Amino acid sequence: MASIAVPGRQVVEERFRTCPDTGLEVHAKAETLIRVNVLTAVAFLAVGGLFGLLIALTRWQAIHLLPAEWFYLVLTAHGAAVLIFWIMFFEVALFYFTSAVVLNSRLATPMMAWVAYVLMLVGALVATVAVLQGNSSVMFTSYPPLQAAPHFYLGLILFAVGTLISCFIFLGTLVVAKDEGTYEGSIPLATFGGLTAVIIMIFTLASGAIILIPTFLWSLGIIGTIDPLTYKLVWWGLGHSSQQVNVTLHVVVWYTIAALVLGARPLSEKVSRTAFLLYILFLQLASAHHLLVEPGLSSSWKIFNTSYAMYLAVLGSMIHGMSVPGAVEAAQRRLGHTKGIFGWLREAPWGNPAFAGMFLSLVMFGFLGGISGVILGTEQINILMHNTLYVPGHFHATVVCGTTLAFMAVTYLLIPIFFQRDLVFPRMAKWQPYVFGAGAAGISLFMMGAGTLGVARRHWDITFTDALISFDYPATAFFMLGLNGLSALVAAAGGVMYVLVVFGSVFWGKRRTAAEAKTHPIAPGAIALRTYGSEGTLKLPGTIVLVAVFFIAFALYYFINWRFLAGIWGMN
Amino acid sequence: MALLPPKNRLWWNEPLHRMEIVWITIAFLWGIAMFSTMIWWHIYGEQNLSNESYRILPEVYAERVEAMIEEYQVGEDEFGMPIVRPPVGADVYLQARLWDWSPILELVEGETYRLHISSLDWQHGFSLQPTNINLQVHPGYEMVVTLTPNESGEFGIVCNEFCGIGHHLMTGRINVLDREAAKAAGMQLAAGE
Repeated sequence: MASIAVPGRQVVEERFRTCPDTGLEVHAKAETLIRVNVLTAVAFLAVGGLFGLLIALTRWQAIHLLPAEWFYLVLTAHGAAVLIFWIMFFEVALFYFTSAVVLNSRLATPMMAWVAYVLMLVGALVATVAVLQGNSSVMFTSYPPLQAAPHFYLGLILFAVGTLISCFIFLGTLVVAKDEGTYEGSIPLATFGGLTAVIIMIFTLASGAIILIPTFLWSLGIIGTIDPLTYKLVWWGLGHSSQQVNVTLHVVVWYTIAALVLGARPLSEKVSRTAFLLYILFLQLASAHHLLVEPGLSSSWKIFNTSYAMYLAVLGSMIHGMSVPGAVEAAQRRLGHTKGIFGWLREAPWGNPAFAGMFLSLVMFGFLGGISGVILGTEQINILMHNTLYVPGHFHATVVCGTTLAFMAVTYLLIPIFFQRDLVFPRMAKWQPYVFGAGAAGISLFMMGAGTLGVARRHWDITFTDALISFDYPATAFFMLGLNGLSALVAAAGGVMYVLVVFGSVFWGKRRTAAEAKTHPIAPGAIALRTYGSEGTLKLPGTIVLVAVFFIAFALYYFINWRFLAGIWGMN
Repeated sequence: MALLPPKNRLWWNEPLHRMEIVWITIAFLWGIAMFSTMIWWHIYGEQNLSNESYRILPEVYAERVEAMIEEYQVGEDEFGMPIVRPPVGADVYLQARLWDWSPILELVEGETYRLHISSLDWQHGFSLQPTNINLQVHPGYEMVVTLTPNESGEFGIVCNEFCGIGHHLMTGRINVLDREAAKAAGMQLAAGE
């Protein structure tokens, strides 16, 4: 833990240590901040995940656990706790990791990072308390004229201000690192991806400020009305763009894990970075995804925006979808796993939860989340799916199978690096990505299935027992919701395993010594992570087969949905 | 020719490999194809949302719904919800409010109507089942959709935008008469056989 003098570094007062596993020089203040943000995130995941289980058990009509009032309350709390607090605390940790740690630099203004943390924590707690008090069951989206208590909006605003500060700390750290010469040439890919995420995050939070501040004033009675359509348009600049931050950062996590575990490099720095640039340029148009069956907006506006200007952001994701497995295949072949088309995949380190989680996240995000997202965002097909359970089915595939699983996977590397501890239950950790992944895949698929049958989202009782005019959804829909409940139980088991491993390890895990680190070093991986350079080997038959299968699945499912659409009532 | 690569390499000077350029081209063309499909469907497809909508005061909209009910009401259901059978091709009005859809409309299979939808209070979600048509309903905005039912029967309207504690009670109905029944009831049909 001695302070290290690095040539060219002007600041010598800062404490650094050399990580025995990776050789990364870790700034002590950045390390503490990363630890605290990760643990806070996991705490919110534990609470929010429990809420999610209660919801799934309520929608399982045979159990129908919660009464209506509680159902809507818990649904609101679930969205806030996991979609905002779990993910964004973790993202702040990733901001500090991809800037200070990857660049070998000190973190800019650690004091402000603590201010950011406190604002986020206070904001999260205030909003959560507001929801639990019962007067703010307005769902994640809080569409006016539905109104929450003022401190619900205030909590979210405080949280956003804190996140914004951490974005500027990321940018400041880039300046510091450049100035102090801690790296040479272009910034590494992980930092480039982090920068992409920060830029989108700033756009996101600006949209949030534009809409949440007036809404807060409206809840206090200072502003008379909020136009519901304008609210939706601007709010989704926050709500959807923040999901693009998640996508960007889980792609960063994929590259990071592939680098650390296998020493993988991107196939071509140019291609991967261009894909990130496409995210910056086009992802913000996605507010339109939520406005496709809205009055008052023209079809040309809807088509242009919903397709991210002719699917240029989807192009970015499809590029990463080839580039990441390609990088894994290239690295595996370089390491000698060259048998047949899929020998590299069979012989991949499936027992390493970081790798297993990363690869499952990659496959499920692409096949379940990516494809369903494009279908859902097709202007006319949206008529079939808007506000049905297909929508949560889709975003559980992106945010749970994709982002959450990727973040869980990278935690297994962050614990030895930043907490210097061994995992406490290694066997449990080994199985965790599979258990959680299976549950999350089930949740996504069965909700999409029920949604295809027309079942409404955010709905307490689809038997309509107390409604004056009744309606019967098909029996298959109820079956799907039962399977969804079972999947939620499996996912919850996976979530409990994760929480046990994380908290167990950071408090009771055996301290790692430098000698132990040498027995399973990820040092070559760290070099791949923090330096710049493309992979040379490009004979990748396995990746070609994978992307071909993906493309065929995508195209088939796309046309099947147009067939469904052609069967409904004519309208124009 | 330098023997070693330059120290400060720039990412936009990196080579682009054949496998990558092939995949990027395919993905790009697929994007163009999907983009064009939406436009193509607007020209040749039969399920498109109109661009017709108006700003309207909720009380004015309520008056129009009332006027239509008064003119074309044919009965009411057991809970007093009016059943309305407008002439084919007419402008028909559906009203969403906490927590019902009013009135029950009776349409004829194969005939075209101009369906107006708006909300008197909060946002609601018009979800017509089992045909599965889902539209967002805003207060202050009146959406007009030209609708042609292609099957007869009873169709449920479910609210699929959360609208408070009674959200799951908010249901409605559209009855679609088959053409024979409509003729037997003495209705003038417009569409050809």
